Amino acid sequence: MYSQKVMDHFTNPRNVGEIPDADGVGEVGNPRCGDIMKIFIKIDGDVITDVKFQTFGCAAAIATSSMATELIKGKTLDEALDITNKTVADALDGLPAIKMHCSVLAEDGLRAAIEDYKHKKGLITEDEMSKPHEHDHECADDEAANG
Amino acid sequence: MDRKIYMDHAATTYVKPEVMDEMLPYFTDKFGNPSSIYFYGREAKEAIETAREKVATAIGAEPSEIYFTSGGTESDNWAIKGTAFASKKRGNHIITSAIEHHAVLHTCQYLEKLGFEVTYLPVDQYGLVDPDDVYKTITDKTVLISIMMANNEIGTIEPIAEIGRIARQRGVYFHTDAVQAIGSMDIDVKSLNVDMLSLSGHKFYGPKGIGALYIRKGVKIDQFMHGGAQERNRRASTENVPGIVGLGRAIELATATIPQRREHLTQLRDRLIKGIMDKIPFVRLNGHPTERLPGNVNLSFEFIEGESMLLSLDLKGVAASSGSACTSGSLDPSHVLLAIGLPHEIAHGSLRLTLGDDNTEEDVDYVIEILPDIVERLRQMSPLFAEREGALKNV
Repeated sequence: MYSQKVMDHFTNPRNVGEIPDADGVGEVGNPRCGDIMKIFIKIDGDVITDVKFQTFGCAAAIATSSMATELIKGKTLDEALDITNKTVADALDGLPAIKMHCSVLAEDGLRAAIEDYKHKKGLITEDEMSKPHEHDHECADDEAANG
Repeated sequence: MDRKIYMDHAATTYVKPEVMDEMLPYFTDKFGNPSSIYFYGREAKEAIETAREKVATAIGAEPSEIYFTSGGTESDNWAIKGTAFASKKRGNHIITSAIEHHAVLHTCQYLEKLGFEVTYLPVDQYGLVDPDDVYKTITDKTVLISIMMANNEIGTIEPIAEIGRIARQRGVYFHTDAVQAIGSMDIDVKSLNVDMLSLSGHKFYGPKGIGALYIRKGVKIDQFMHGGAQERNRRASTENVPGIVGLGRAIELATATIPQRREHLTQLRDRLIKGIMDKIPFVRLNGHPTERLPGNVNLSFEFIEGESMLLSLDLKGVAASSGSACTSGSLDPSHVLLAIGLPHEIAHGSLRLTLGDDNTEEDVDYVIEILPDIVERLRQMSPLFAEREGALKNV
């Protein structure tokens, strides 16, 4: 059900770990729903020079986290903010429909890390920080599909 | 990856060659419709009745109390809706448990929409229903109690004899979903006071798409499949003759070897549980330590998620299952694991390995050998594990 790229990023995830002196840290998701992503970024000027992640979740969550870190490394903050969950999913040659919400996690994590950096720098206020998608408010909208 | 190990026997089993051999002629030479009066029909009809006797013998019933269905789900649907509808004048209350299979739970939820009232009894930390709760919940409106014989996810064996006694005493019909229990334990519907029992062929080395419902003589139950006069006017549809023949042979084989199977599987199960828990920290056993199906292992691994584990095992040739949301197509983890009180994140990290006749000690040792690295790799990626390690450093 997963593409080869998803399996590649699941078995050999890029940029796993943490950055102790990160300039921005984003943590999104909810253990209730079975996925949490934590992303650490290092910024020089307005370029993301280093990025690491930790993810608790399924293969899709791990692969999208890994791909998202690859996509933003070396990018400017504005370029990174242009990355959507669809960009990440497309880069992985697609995700099964029921796993698309995992790619939202990566997008939200990325955004949260950048906003954390901007907030620390005093570039935005608390109110200007975006709320993550409704993803982690309610995990149980779907009916169980199998027996 | 050359090695392939199947450890998901609670999901389905392969068909044993003896079973397959007996089925094959009924696809080709002996293809008659059992309702036909000529030779071809009579031959098929005879095969069905022989199979019916085998199923009856396996559970201590009379052949006339066995009705063939398309499987466990249909049997559950029929038993519950059929008795609920037939008892409408007497009452509208049904008692079941929170850990039943969806074939029971979703059927009960459907009946609630039609005005029935359903009590979903809680279970304890091991998944056991308290017979006392059953007793206390019965009202003069209660028409049916449906409690499974053994749970498909955590393997817990329910106190069916006690519940049966209570149900009979209070004059309430008692249905049990025994889909996971056949071949793993002795079942005698008469001494257990069971009025209806569901079973399914593909859980004990028979074919898929065939099952049976035992209905005790005298139980009032509505027809479920309407149409022809098959199954003594109670379940219409041209009989799945090869399936029925296979079911008969499979249940005969499965129940003839219960002591050997129990011994083999219990030994493998306990070796697997001990091997994993000795090697990996932060693991807990879900289900009852002793009152459990001989082939069932269900463990929760803290800080990681089940689907990642399954996929990693799959890459190493091991087929298993999990109660995590990501493997169920829903966003919530298994209702069974939540019902025994597991926090969501622990329920997401569950792994079910169900052993079968084909599994060996080498299979078990292989899983014990490869699992620690899989768990360790995923934990190293997990922010929950990192937080825990961080918290430890700060102490």
